[in-house]
Amino acid sequence: MLETLKPAVAALQNEFGAEVQEFHGELILIVKPENNVETLYALRDRFDFNLLVAVTAVDYWPAETPRFHVVYLVLSMKENFVVQVRVPLDGNNPSLRTSETVWPSANWYEREVFDMFGIRFDGHSDMRRIIMPYEWEGHPLRKDYPLGYEEVAFTFNAEEINLRKSQPKS
Amino acid sequence: MSDFREVNVEELRHLVSNRAMTGETMLLNMGPQHPSTHGVLRLLLELDGEIIISCIPDIGYLHTGIEKNIEAKTYQKAEVMIDRLDYLNPLGNNLVYCLAVEKLCELDVPPRAEILRVILAELTRINSHLVWLGTSALDLAAMSAFLYTMREREDILDIFEMCSGQRMMTTYIRPGGLWRDVPAEFDSAVRKFIKILPGRIDEYESLLTHNPLFLERTKGIGTISAEDCIKYAIGGPIARASGIDYDLRKARPYSGYDQFNFNVPKRTEGDVYARYIVRVEEMRESIKIIQQAIDKLPAGAVRSNNRKFIPPPRSEIATSMESLIHHFKLWTEGFSAPKGSVYVGVESPRGELGIFLESDGGPKPYRCFYRGPSFANLQIMPLLSRGHFVADVVGIIGSIDIVLGDTDR
Repeated sequence: MLETLKPAVAALQNEFGAEVQEFHGELILIVKPENNVETLYALRDRFDFNLLVAVTAVDYWPAETPRFHVVYLVLSMKENFVVQVRVPLDGNNPSLRTSETVWPSANWYEREVFDMFGIRFDGHSDMRRIIMPYEWEGHPLRKDYPLGYEEVAFTFNAEEINLRKSQPKS
Repeated sequence: MSDFREVNVEELRHLVSNRAMTGETMLLNMGPQHPSTHGVLRLLLELDGEIIISCIPDIGYLHTGIEKNIEAKTYQKAEVMIDRLDYLNPLGNNLVYCLAVEKLCELDVPPRAEILRVILAELTRINSHLVWLGTSALDLAAMSAFLYTMREREDILDIFEMCSGQRMMTTYIRPGGLWRDVPAEFDSAVRKFIKILPGRIDEYESLLTHNPLFLERTKGIGTISAEDCIKYAIGGPIARASGIDYDLRKARPYSGYDQFNFNVPKRTEGDVYARYIVRVEEMRESIKIIQQAIDKLPAGAVRSNNRKFIPPPRSEIATSMESLIHHFKLWTEGFSAPKGSVYVGVESPRGELGIFLESDGGPKPYRCFYRGPSFANLQIMPLLSRGHFVADVVGIIGSIDIVLGDTDR
């Protein structure tokens, strides 16, 4: 860990109970879902982490508690360092407060996480699907969503193929 | 198919002004099949006469599910799909993926391979900027620039073909180095190319830089401030045209970029013209980097010797039992990466290109997130186009240099 980041990490550990992990030069902070926005505000306003690179998620299915990790990648231009802020979430109707208020760039990334993982962001200004069509069912990047393929359908066997198609478990 | 649902305007209520609901302003659909959207981007424009009040980008028409697919492939096989994401920057995509795998597995890369990677990445940057210059000038009705830039791009694609046998989707950079050494003609081909290119760039500039028609369409159009760039996580030439001095090649040097002497071009206006100038200057800086790199190219191996990750050469397989076993294991099962997650970012022609790679200890990536720069850059489209004419949207889309394969993944 960089020497200059130690005060920031210590402060986040004390105030928000962040758990710190290190892996091959990466700094990973695990914070509770109820503290996500406050942690990001603290990183932005007090510790010079001025840019949100991306928001994404990881699905640990079949584990249920926690099933998801929402990952915020936050960059400090001063230190040239990207920190991973991870928020564990349960699999049952997952939702989290939006970080759009902290960085507007989170808007599309959170829409993507909603689209791909079905994690809702409360207070988000535009919670629609972004990549999949509006009428799509299921969330493709969840681990219980089948990685299917399309069989070539002709008019005489289209119905039969439709019945065989793997469907996401909703 | 038959259960296709039309999107009701009520669902977009929060994105348009109140006047749209009374029919005072017009909602106009632009794309997804529109020649100047550089792919399949759909824009919903709210217009007052010809002035844009709001712009709602709609993406996803080129979604290929590559992130999902990667989870079912081994680390070596997944790389082939990474090429296809940002199709104007295939070697840059390979580079960031390989850097992520190398960071995850703590693999070493020989110095010759590092320098060759820099040369190839910079050639790809020039390639991407040439396509951008040609197509965005074409959108602003400058036909001849397109024909000239495609001519030079052809030379770069020939160099890629010479190295890897492929013109675009090369998969040439591999974890631990390169697939194979470059051929003997590589050196002279690159030297010849960087010798002619500066004159050719002058030629493009003579067509555009002082052309009153081009200035009219680009100056003062689509401005963005430095603060907004930070807020919206914009990087690359767009941020540098707004006065942010940030380039990952300088800030977090990877693959030995710190050995080279080059400038980061910067402007402060933040409009379409400034982005044009920055990109053209970037091409000149890339030539400088390639010149220094090809002069100091060391001899030696181009792939790491770590047999747990790198397949042995063909000649060894015939004589060594252990090599045969390694080869068999690597191409059937793949290599296992330690459990953990890493993020690596590099400077692509469009901004920060990153890979977030998580491993569960097995031979396949557990999650691979591709942070495409176009996704972040396209998000500011409403900000850039507000208050401009419909005709200027074409120039603005051109200037943010989107690649839809990169946004939709």
